[in-house]
Amino acid sequence: MTRRTRTASLALILTAAITGTLQAQVGSDRLTNAAREARNWLIYSGGYFSQRHSALTQITPANAKNLELKWMYQAAVAGAWQTTPLVVDGVMYLTQRPNDVVALDAKTGRVFWIYRHTLDPTQIVCCGANNRGLAILGDTLYMGTLDAHLVAIDARTGRALWNTKVAESKGGYSVTHAPLVVKDKVIVGVGGGEYGIRGFVAAFDAKSGREAWRFYTIPAPNEPGGDSWKACPPKTADSFCDPEAWKHGGGSVWVTGSYDPSLNLTYWGVGNAGPDWNNEQRPGDNLYTDSVVALDADTGRLKWHYQFTPHDRYDYDSVQVPVLADITWQGGPLKAMVWANRNGNFYVLDRESGKFLVGKPFVKVNWMDTFDEHGRPNQTPQPAGQPTWPGNQGGTNWYSPSYSPHTGLFYVSAWEGYATIFGGTAVEYQEGRNFGGGVNRNFVPVPGAPAVPGIRRGPINNWTEAAATGAVLALDAATGALKWKFPMTDVTDSGILTTASDVLFTGGREGYFQALDARTGSLLWKASLGAQIVSGPITYEVDGKQYVTAISGLSLCVFGLRE
Amino acid sequence: MRAQRPLQVLTLFLLALSGSAVATAQTSAQAHPGEYAPADIAYGSRLYDAQCTTCHGANGDGVGGVDLRSGKFRNAVTDQDLIRVITNGIQGTGMQAFKLDPSEIAGILAYLRNMTSFDRGSVKAGDALRGRTIVETKGGCTICHRVGAQGSRVAPDLSDVGATRSAGSLLRSLIDPTSQMMPINRPVRIVTRDGKVINGRRLNEDTYTVQLLDEQEKLVSLVKADLREYTIQTVSPMPSYQNKLTPDEIADVVAYLLSLKGR
Repeated sequence: MTRRTRTASLALILTAAITGTLQAQVGSDRLTNAAREARNWLIYSGGYFSQRHSALTQITPANAKNLELKWMYQAAVAGAWQTTPLVVDGVMYLTQRPNDVVALDAKTGRVFWIYRHTLDPTQIVCCGANNRGLAILGDTLYMGTLDAHLVAIDARTGRALWNTKVAESKGGYSVTHAPLVVKDKVIVGVGGGEYGIRGFVAAFDAKSGREAWRFYTIPAPNEPGGDSWKACPPKTADSFCDPEAWKHGGGSVWVTGSYDPSLNLTYWGVGNAGPDWNNEQRPGDNLYTDSVVALDADTGRLKWHYQFTPHDRYDYDSVQVPVLADITWQGGPLKAMVWANRNGNFYVLDRESGKFLVGKPFVKVNWMDTFDEHGRPNQTPQPAGQPTWPGNQGGTNWYSPSYSPHTGLFYVSAWEGYATIFGGTAVEYQEGRNFGGGVNRNFVPVPGAPAVPGIRRGPINNWTEAAATGAVLALDAATGALKWKFPMTDVTDSGILTTASDVLFTGGREGYFQALDARTGSLLWKASLGAQIVSGPITYEVDGKQYVTAISGLSLCVFGLRE
Repeated sequence: MRAQRPLQVLTLFLLALSGSAVATAQTSAQAHPGEYAPADIAYGSRLYDAQCTTCHGANGDGVGGVDLRSGKFRNAVTDQDLIRVITNGIQGTGMQAFKLDPSEIAGILAYLRNMTSFDRGSVKAGDALRGRTIVETKGGCTICHRVGAQGSRVAPDLSDVGATRSAGSLLRSLIDPTSQMMPINRPVRIVTRDGKVINGRRLNEDTYTVQLLDEQEKLVSLVKADLREYTIQTVSPMPSYQNKLTPDEIADVVAYLLSLKGR
């Protein structure tokens, strides 16, 4: 074989790999470089840095008006569909309620196979049969389940390879987020913060399913951080304090973490303390609830933590996706973590050390007023019966934000003008029972008005401007300064996607799927899909054509440019 | 093991929870947790008399080991817990599930929380029949509201208002209508790009469009980008009846409205 022929053969192989005909295995190196492999979507948030940003540029601000529906896939089950698909060399993998996995042709939507997990009847979840997605390594897909199992599935056949119990589902444990694969391990956390779980993040061997390490998000009394669960004060007639509060201290993990290969650290947002609203029965800061934890990816050892909301009484889970960004800060390069928290503040942390650098409200905040030099908030609890901003669902929540290295902006779905009147009540732990410890109501600034409905409601926006409105906020990633705002009449639970051509995609409760100019926030295009969008869009490419996804109600809608 | 208490039956209540009926209680008139409108307590006392006394007795102590007057429920701490028990019942006991609308739930709840302090003599029960006459004549309510097939559609339809609004909320609606106006029902004034003025009651709204019922009772949907002016008013156009009707007449109207349960 001549040198020229060899080169041609190599080129052919590479071309075949790129166009997907070989369906090459997704090795660890591909995951490390996932964000650069723009035609595919290999990790829940697009890459280990969780920026939900794509290098694809076919769809631009100039031609976004030519987007049209290419295909749809209808899920056969009802309820909020929160998943993010993966796309690997022309094949799309996604979860649907309760714990199905579907493989389909990413170009046409035609189904290859469906895997159905049989749930343990004891499973308990607070907030619906939610599952947010998958991870892949090699030829194997990984899914966490509502009954707290981790299942490995053959990506070619849809057959289960192994099934490992992560925790006891009857105690309220579940796994609802997409796992994160790092090297040869699959990492998941457990949900159940409304049931008095003791939360943890655990890594499992990708081949065997055997547990490799476990990090408890609630330390035991003899462990570092254990003294943040303080002893109870002397008992009085009308007080209730739990001397072993840490045993059911919450600290759930229900959104996928991030990973920095250069530091070998994996980052996870930790949920609320248990009980959610009555902090008086659990004295202390209650580490590591409402925190971000940086763990050694090989051992699970804690490298650092930062607690956003110490001794929380507002259910301000820090279950946002940890977005990693290499930014310029005070004139120099910084390995940063940028974070818009449920508690209404935007943060910049040094992701190597965990040092607090910036804290700034992005919505109205009155539960705290200032930070000390270490980033500890000075809390300002409101008098009984008075509203607290942001409300129980937060200034934002689990909805994926996006960071664009192109614009240097951080984009977040926000709830504005939204407050709750909190009322904590004592609650004793009972396995599998709700452990909220409070009665709250949405604040509507009309004295004595009937309460507006809870978070779940139909297609009529009966919250209106009186209770809350939604917005996409574009914040300077280094300072948190607002650069632009795209207001929405109704609140939004949608994630955000940006592309290197400066197009931003997002949805909302109103059922619109919108393309905005990522630099200015101006509307480029919209489609009314008829039902709320409660997941994050992704984009991918097959046969040289760029596609973008939106899940509205029970429909996965895939758009591309008109030909 | 914890010692058994008189209200041990409520311990069992939680076993029966499935968490389905609770959302409907969001429309209750409970101003703040722990506060209950006198009209709700009064309405609840009448419902209690009609539906609960057979087992629990007039004083709340008819079931052995249960004293509803104590106000302390060992495992039903919150109002939500009590609502679940009432609407789901307790399997294996005489406590059946009661099918109650949100208005009735608000009443029962308010009464259960105030059994010991409630003075029945302090509240005059209204007469629904007299209330109907007032609504249709002196009150002039049907000039704007509709009940069944009669009246205007310009203001919210009252045909099932007795199921969706609590007694306390209905009373406050008559005294201070703005305080009880649901934000979605706020009146809107619109001027289109070609100068046409549209007044109406908002039915729905999103970022790009608004839906309303106009003064001619027509359903109208408009694209906001086509509007020159769009004003959402926060004051109810309904007058207060505080000085238009006597307290007895207002009680009669509330009694009538509470009887409107829809079809």
